[in-house]
Amino acid sequence: MSFKTNCLAAVAALALMCGAVQAQTLRYANQGELKSLDPYTVNETTTNAHLGHPYEGLTARGKDLKIEPALAEKWEVSDDGLKWRFFLRKGVKFHDGSDFTADDVLFSAERVRATGSNFTTRIPTSAKFVKVDDHTVDVVLTAPNPILNAQWDTWYIMSKKWAEANNAVAPTPAAATTPSHASLNANGTGPYKIESHQPGVKTVFKFNENYWKKIDGNIKEIIFTPISSDATRVAALLSGEVDVIEPVPIQDIQRVNASGNAQVLTGPELRTIFLGFDQTRDELLESSVKGKNPFKDVKVRQAFYQAIDIETIKSRVMRGLSTPSPLMIAPELFSTAGFTRAKFDAEASKKLLAEAGYPNGFELGMDCPNDRYVNDGQICQAVVGMLARIGVKVSLNAQPKAQYFAKVLKPGGYKTSFYLLGWTPGTFDSHNVLYDILGCRDVAGSSRGESNLGNYCNKKVDELTDKILVESDTAKRNAMIGEAYKMTVDEFSYIPLHQQALAWGVSKKVKLAQRADNSVLLYYATKEQ
Amino acid sequence: MLAFVLRRLFQSLMVMLAVALIAFTMFRFVGDPVNQMVGVDTPQEQVAQLRQTLGLDEPVVVQFARYIYNAARLEFGVSYQFRLPVISLLGERAPATLELAFMSALFSLLVGIPMGVYTALRRDSWLAKIFQTVSLVGISLPTFLIGILLIYLFSVTLGWLPSFGRGEVVKIGNWWTTGLLTASGWKALILPSITLGLFQMTLIMRLVRAEMLEVLRTDYIKFARARGLKTRAIHFGHALKNTLVPVITIAGLQLGSIIAFAIITETVFQWPGMGLLFLKAVQQVDIPIMAAYLMLISFLFVSINLIVDLLYALVDPRLRATIGAH
Repeated sequence: MSFKTNCLAAVAALALMCGAVQAQTLRYANQGELKSLDPYTVNETTTNAHLGHPYEGLTARGKDLKIEPALAEKWEVSDDGLKWRFFLRKGVKFHDGSDFTADDVLFSAERVRATGSNFTTRIPTSAKFVKVDDHTVDVVLTAPNPILNAQWDTWYIMSKKWAEANNAVAPTPAAATTPSHASLNANGTGPYKIESHQPGVKTVFKFNENYWKKIDGNIKEIIFTPISSDATRVAALLSGEVDVIEPVPIQDIQRVNASGNAQVLTGPELRTIFLGFDQTRDELLESSVKGKNPFKDVKVRQAFYQAIDIETIKSRVMRGLSTPSPLMIAPELFSTAGFTRAKFDAEASKKLLAEAGYPNGFELGMDCPNDRYVNDGQICQAVVGMLARIGVKVSLNAQPKAQYFAKVLKPGGYKTSFYLLGWTPGTFDSHNVLYDILGCRDVAGSSRGESNLGNYCNKKVDELTDKILVESDTAKRNAMIGEAYKMTVDEFSYIPLHQQALAWGVSKKVKLAQRADNSVLLYYATKEQ
Repeated sequence: MLAFVLRRLFQSLMVMLAVALIAFTMFRFVGDPVNQMVGVDTPQEQVAQLRQTLGLDEPVVVQFARYIYNAARLEFGVSYQFRLPVISLLGERAPATLELAFMSALFSLLVGIPMGVYTALRRDSWLAKIFQTVSLVGISLPTFLIGILLIYLFSVTLGWLPSFGRGEVVKIGNWWTTGLLTASGWKALILPSITLGLFQMTLIMRLVRAEMLEVLRTDYIKFARARGLKTRAIHFGHALKNTLVPVITIAGLQLGSIIAFAIITETVFQWPGMGLLFLKAVQQVDIPIMAAYLMLISFLFVSINLIVDLLYALVDPRLRATIGAH
């Protein structure tokens, strides 16, 4: 841009700020940044939500997270569950004016599974995409898959023509050495176009006047700025410089609510925070118990479970903003009816420990992130105190997520004895939890249980998990899921703690729907004049 | 003299290499960059592949050697988080940091010098005592606290000034952006400049005060008084002029540290400069940015020191004599 146009732009922006149009510009600040505009580079909630403005998938998720038609008007599944037919919406145009057709879907299906994409799990490798006509696509599977399209709301459809013209056919890998056109520009079908994008500084979205659907909101322009400092983000909201912030630190919620010009939207998040044990090594890495692993004994695990006073964590650490959970999945995603948390009972815990052969408790190391989840470090500290009451001396190693994950995840060799972690199933489905968190890690080359850091293992659960993947009958499937959870709960496989709360700061002038997956979607927003 | 210059140049180069080595080894303990780049459910073979493409599976020595080789050709690699060349990211952010640094230096001079002069001339007035107390606060309060306090007073409570960002910026040429040509840009500069410049301001005020008191005691001031010159002429024409020599030297030297220590201020005000980029890079384990920034800052300090040393040698013949004797 030349100096002159910039001056004009500056003047125009000033004029906008003073004029009546102001109400339709929404300023939004997030703790995180928008790192790439290529929708296949980083699979992360915040980035996905941002890209949900310029881009769309074949399906969408509503305010209640139910799957809805988007670029696909409707779909049918064959009786054997092996063929899905998608009917594409007609008359939809990309931001550059070209038509959306089946070719774009086929292209996107190839691109999302190509090397370098961080979204390869969105579509099974063996699935074949077949063009029936310009607005019909068949997906042919080798095994039935009732959750095929569960994650398609964030598999964003790109334009074949545009990608080819701009040399962006291959996805931009996270390790790319040169920025591709697609990582700095966007051409989707979504409700907002990207007006300008300065990585890490500012991104401006403009409403797409040709959008095929009428949106709920009235926002014509979104100005997104990352503000990493908590105090500054809150100050920017209170002073009215921004209209929406995410997140509001728990300790600031009351102040924001008391301010008069903004309020905090809170609600349970889908993420489940839990504690896990090393159940695989014959001797724990960090413990005073030598020659054996106390966590292989279900009594010890139960003792730990019952030693934790979840209500105290809720009231003291989380300031009331958490939902204690009996399961490893959020109640929004699978009904927790019939499941209750084992009761907090320190005396029973002590007895259990004595029965297991540890009347005086033992010493143990614990790993915990301190900048990943809401008040994660403080939760761990509370847990350490509670375990001390039953004689277990825990030395806490709370560290930033970069070091924490390097230590406890697979590349670090799962070097942990006892840890805190949070998990949201990417598919919003129990299969993901049963496979990634509760699956056995013993099959070499399989990705099952990769995030099961302590390697809890029950072959029967694995068998059920495999059946759950291909079962299309919802009632039957839910029964099997329930059965699998029951087994893992009975064995005290993990200690689920709670669903942490979402906290979005929203100006009183703005109305905004809050989605439990923590996606801030501003096409739901309305701002008063 | 030439031998001295060459020796100093060589020493500077060694310092730079040492900084690079320390920085590089340190980053081994910052954490795993790959985990910040992929989602939680990314298959592990994909993660391993990524690690390989980035060269993270090689021994540290090899990584370091490659880094130095590239750095010598002014190639600092590609940021892990933005997938953009580090050099262009730093270049894009440099105007913001430099503008902020110069404005805060200007602020510290324009406010610090008059305050210093005043406190020296009217040592016992109540205003001088207030200035002294304020300067104590400026030295003892941490930068981020000053920043937050200013934000709460001027942005939240009074609503006069913005709490974050640079306001509207105008592009000059291909790569320089400036906030100095728009009203919102000026407004956005005020709070961060004060926050960053407060420490320097107190430093300069105290320096000016001490020097001024010193100069006022010298013989030529007494003679000037004896000659019947006006007090005003003596204070500002003679005393202040002589006071300013060391002040200018110090201020010049401090500019380097203003740029380097802008990190905190930039974070508090979400000022899109190099310091903020660096801090975010630390959180995201973006090693190429961290390494390049540290190299840049050490280059800044090493060159300032080099120039000062050479200037001293040029100015002070005694120093040259000892150099020659070696």
